[in-house]
Amino acid sequence: MKPLNVRVWRGQAEGSFQDFVVPRHASQTVLDVVTYIQRVLDPTLAYRFACRVGMCGSCAMTVNGAARWTCRTHVDKVYRKESLELAPLRNLPVIRDLVTDMREFFDKWARAKGSFRGSLNRKDDFEKINPQSKARQQVDAAIECIGCGVCYSSCDVVAANADYLGPAALNRAWTLVQDERDVANAERLRAVAGDAGCHSCHSHMSCTERCPKQISPTAGIAGLKRQVSLALLKSAL
Amino acid sequence: MSAKSESMLWVVQRASAAVLGLCVLVHLGTMIYAVRGGLTAAEILSRTRGSAAWLAFYSVFVLAISVHVPIGLRAVLGEWLGWRGAGRAWLLVLFALAIAFTGMRAVIGVFT
Repeated sequence: MKPLNVRVWRGQAEGSFQDFVVPRHASQTVLDVVTYIQRVLDPTLAYRFACRVGMCGSCAMTVNGAARWTCRTHVDKVYRKESLELAPLRNLPVIRDLVTDMREFFDKWARAKGSFRGSLNRKDDFEKINPQSKARQQVDAAIECIGCGVCYSSCDVVAANADYLGPAALNRAWTLVQDERDVANAERLRAVAGDAGCHSCHSHMSCTERCPKQISPTAGIAGLKRQVSLALLKSAL
Repeated sequence: MSAKSESMLWVVQRASAAVLGLCVLVHLGTMIYAVRGGLTAAEILSRTRGSAAWLAFYSVFVLAISVHVPIGLRAVLGEWLGWRGAGRAWLLVLFALAIAFTGMRAVIGVFT
C-alpha cells in the first residue's frame, strides 16, 4: 500500500501545517496515524487520547475539514486526494498542536444546569420509571453523549456567538428536562432560554450530522424550545 | 435581556410567522386571481375601497410583519455585528414603528 501523506497542525492559534509520510496499513485509524507520528517521527507532537474504543471522547480532531472522533475513524473513510489533514477542533482555544482547551466547553454544561438534582435520599424507595414512556425514550435517544466536542466544534452558532451554550450542553439539559426524577427544571429552563441558549439554534444540524454517537442535539434543542415556551405560557419561567 | 423576555420574543416571532404563512398564501392567491385579464389600479381599488374584510386582512398582515421582521433582524445584528445592547433594541423599536406606519398608510390608502 502507498504511504500516507499527512499534514498536521503545529503551534497554537498561530502556526502552520507540517508534512509527514506515514506507512499505510489495513484497518488503520486516524488515531493510529497520529500515534505513529508521535512515537516514530516527532515525539514533540501534542495530541490527546485515552480509551481508543470510542468511549472517552478525548481524541476528537478536525480531519480533512470535519470534526471526527479519530479512534473510530478509519483512514480509508477520510483519505481524499492523497492527503490527510489533521487540525485541532474548531471553536476552542488551541493549547498546542492537536490539543484544545476544553474548559469553556464543559463550563457551559454547568451553565446549562447539566447536573442531576433529585429529591430522594437513600431511605426512599427507587423511583419507578417506565422504560417505554415517551419521556424516558427521549432521554435514551440523547443520553449516550461522550463529551467529545465534535458537535461544539461543528456548530456555526458557537462560532458566531461565543456565549452560546452549544449542542452538547443543551443536549445534556434536555436529558434532564425529560428525566422525571429531576426537580431543578424551572431553573434549568431559565438557564437554557434566550440568546445564549436554545433560542439561538439555527437548526443547521451540523451537530446532528457529525455526532459520532448518532445523537441529534438539534432534536433536543427543539424540545427545549417547546418546554421553555410551555413554561412561559404557564408563567413558570 | 432576561430569559423570560427572550423566550417571549421567540414565541411572538413563531406566532407571527404562522400568521404570515397564512397571509402570504391568501395574498399570492389574490394576486394570481387579480392579474387575470390585466391589472389596473382601478380594478384593485374597486375591490379594496370600503371593504372592511380587506382592511382587516391587510392590517393583520402589516402588523404581523412589524412584529416578525424586527425580531429576526435582532438576531442578525447580534450574530453578524455582535450588537446586543440597548441601542439595538431602540433601533428595532423605531424600525418596527416605521414598518407599521408605512404599511398601515398603504392599507388605509387603498381602503379610503
